[in-house]
Amino acid sequence: MANKDYDKDLFVPLEREDDTSEKISRPSLTFWQDSWMRLKKNTGALIGAWVLIIITFMALAGPFFNDYGFDEQNLIRSKLPPKVQGLENIDWLPFQGTMHRTFEAETLEDAKEDAINRFKRDEENIEMTVVDDGSNGGPAIVDAEFDVYANQGFEDEYFWFGTDTLGRDQWTRVWKGTQISLYIAVLAAFIDMVIGVAYGGISAYYGGRVDDYMQRIIEILIGIPNLVVVILMILILSPGILSITIALTITGWIPMARIIRGQVLKLKNQEFVLASRTLGASDSRIIMKQLVPNVTGLIVINTMFTIPGAIFFEAFLSFIGLGLQPPVASLGTLIDEGFQSLQTFPYLMIYPAIIISLIMIAFNIVADGLRDAFDPKMRE
Amino acid sequence: MARYIFQRIVYMFITMLLIATFSFFLMKLLPGSPLMMEDKLTEEQAVIIKEKYGLNDPVPVQYVNYLANLAQGDLGISFQQDNRGVTKILIERAGPSIQLGAQALIFGLAFGLLLGIFAALYHNSPIDYGSTFLAVIGKSIPSFVFAGLLQYYIGVKLGWLPVAFWEGFEYTIMPTIALAMFPIAIAARFMRTEMLEVLGSDFITTARAKGVNRLGVLFKHGLRNALIPLVTIIGPMAIALLTGNLVIENIFAIPGIGDTFVQAVMTNDFPIIMGFTLITGFLFIFIILIVDLLYGVIDPRIRLAGGEK
Repeated sequence: MANKDYDKDLFVPLEREDDTSEKISRPSLTFWQDSWMRLKKNTGALIGAWVLIIITFMALAGPFFNDYGFDEQNLIRSKLPPKVQGLENIDWLPFQGTMHRTFEAETLEDAKEDAINRFKRDEENIEMTVVDDGSNGGPAIVDAEFDVYANQGFEDEYFWFGTDTLGRDQWTRVWKGTQISLYIAVLAAFIDMVIGVAYGGISAYYGGRVDDYMQRIIEILIGIPNLVVVILMILILSPGILSITIALTITGWIPMARIIRGQVLKLKNQEFVLASRTLGASDSRIIMKQLVPNVTGLIVINTMFTIPGAIFFEAFLSFIGLGLQPPVASLGTLIDEGFQSLQTFPYLMIYPAIIISLIMIAFNIVADGLRDAFDPKMRE
Repeated sequence: MARYIFQRIVYMFITMLLIATFSFFLMKLLPGSPLMMEDKLTEEQAVIIKEKYGLNDPVPVQYVNYLANLAQGDLGISFQQDNRGVTKILIERAGPSIQLGAQALIFGLAFGLLLGIFAALYHNSPIDYGSTFLAVIGKSIPSFVFAGLLQYYIGVKLGWLPVAFWEGFEYTIMPTIALAMFPIAIAARFMRTEMLEVLGSDFITTARAKGVNRLGVLFKHGLRNALIPLVTIIGPMAIALLTGNLVIENIFAIPGIGDTFVQAVMTNDFPIIMGFTLITGFLFIFIILIVDLLYGVIDPRIRLAGGEK
């Protein structure tokens, strides 16, 4: 390539300006501010967080919304269907306080009689609509609607979620149960966190022989399925809030300990820790100032995943007959009781089932959101 | 490697011994014995019955006998079920449980992986969101809640499938679906992540550039590499199936091991509880061992890391 001659006048010297290339144009954000900004963008996680806040609020306040006690029995008002002020006249909502059933028989008379026999042996409070009078050869079909409230003399009462087999207000019991389930789960997750962080932290920070021995113990314990431990513990401790919590924590802290150990092992040899040590920082200062802030995110995420696990386990125990004893209720025992009469009184199981599912979904979504917010690299 | 395996097997043995010891002494602490139901026995009869269950010996002797029997695969005699051996009962009941577990695993994996692949292929589309949502639901809703609702709506209300019992293939459909929810969720989530990562790598771009068609890229280059870490999710999945089996068998009245265990808990049938505990523990440890070993075989990077230990 031939060199062209350029005219010198084409070149203009650059005027020197103040150096702006190193200037930080935005305010610097702390780790938490940064995470919060990312979390705010995650609509799903925000909705999940609101659901949790609302459910927690209802668990605390819900039982006081009406005057019925969670263990107030009254057999006369047992198995009343849900009925809500204002919604009772809307046909397609299940809040009318009536039982609805379709009857089929050969003749219209038989069908009507079936309906009357099924609910109560008189015609009062039963509203029947004839779907098919059987005149065209097919069976006669009658739609019967039974006003249970009127029949039992509770016209002016409203049980928003209905009443259970012993006439206890299901609304109060559901929120009371949510309260207890959340309490057990949060307590268990908290204990797991304390033990796990301490164990994993000590094991990794001191290293060497301490770490060796502590890891051997974990390797043996990790093999024991927590299902087995939990069931055995419940069998000897007899079911109760405290014993279920203890049973859940016996092996529950292990995952946390392993995660924390891994993280601390990675952190403790990094330059900033070495620098701090070179400057003469004590062990406790390094732990508090360098290590703890760097594992906090992990602790929070892991705890958020532990809580729904604990809720599930508590419900699971109730379902196989090792749960809390009446009159105390948890979501698990309510679902278990509801399941016994699912075919006749589905509302007894549906409401606690919806709430437990909402809690589990919300916790999982929020935990996912937090994980993404704390460490975008971990985002799936 | 051989040393590593040996070490792992030693740990496995210690864990099993711990579980056996733990469950033995816990059962000794519990109130209740085979005599509980029959308080009208004469002293002599009581002695005979206690003799049969080996309850006359001092506890340490009982413990040694228990371990010795265990080594021979004898889990003791059931308190409730007419003198029958626990090993025999559990083997008899294993069939439905294994079938149910296997069906749920296959269905869950197949459906979940497919869901994950589609989610990754149509990244950030409604298909992706739908599959993610389904995964969250499957992971979150407890299996017994799902099973109960399924039984009520599909079995009772719609009458499409039999409500309970174990008498043919159509009886296995609902329990399988209920049990498969968790595997579906895990597999879908897992597959989506892996697939996204693999599809973004250079060798996929190369394959595309060389003119391999879409399906070829997906299956030959993508899927094979995305499936490698699949072994990591086998552990949690197996545990979920084991746990799920307990309640699902109970809900659908399936005569399997899980249902036997739940019955045993309600009737204080300790030998069955202990037998179940040991078998579950063994399965659990065994699966973890296999997964760890497989992982080393499949992914050489991990073998190196493990080898240094």
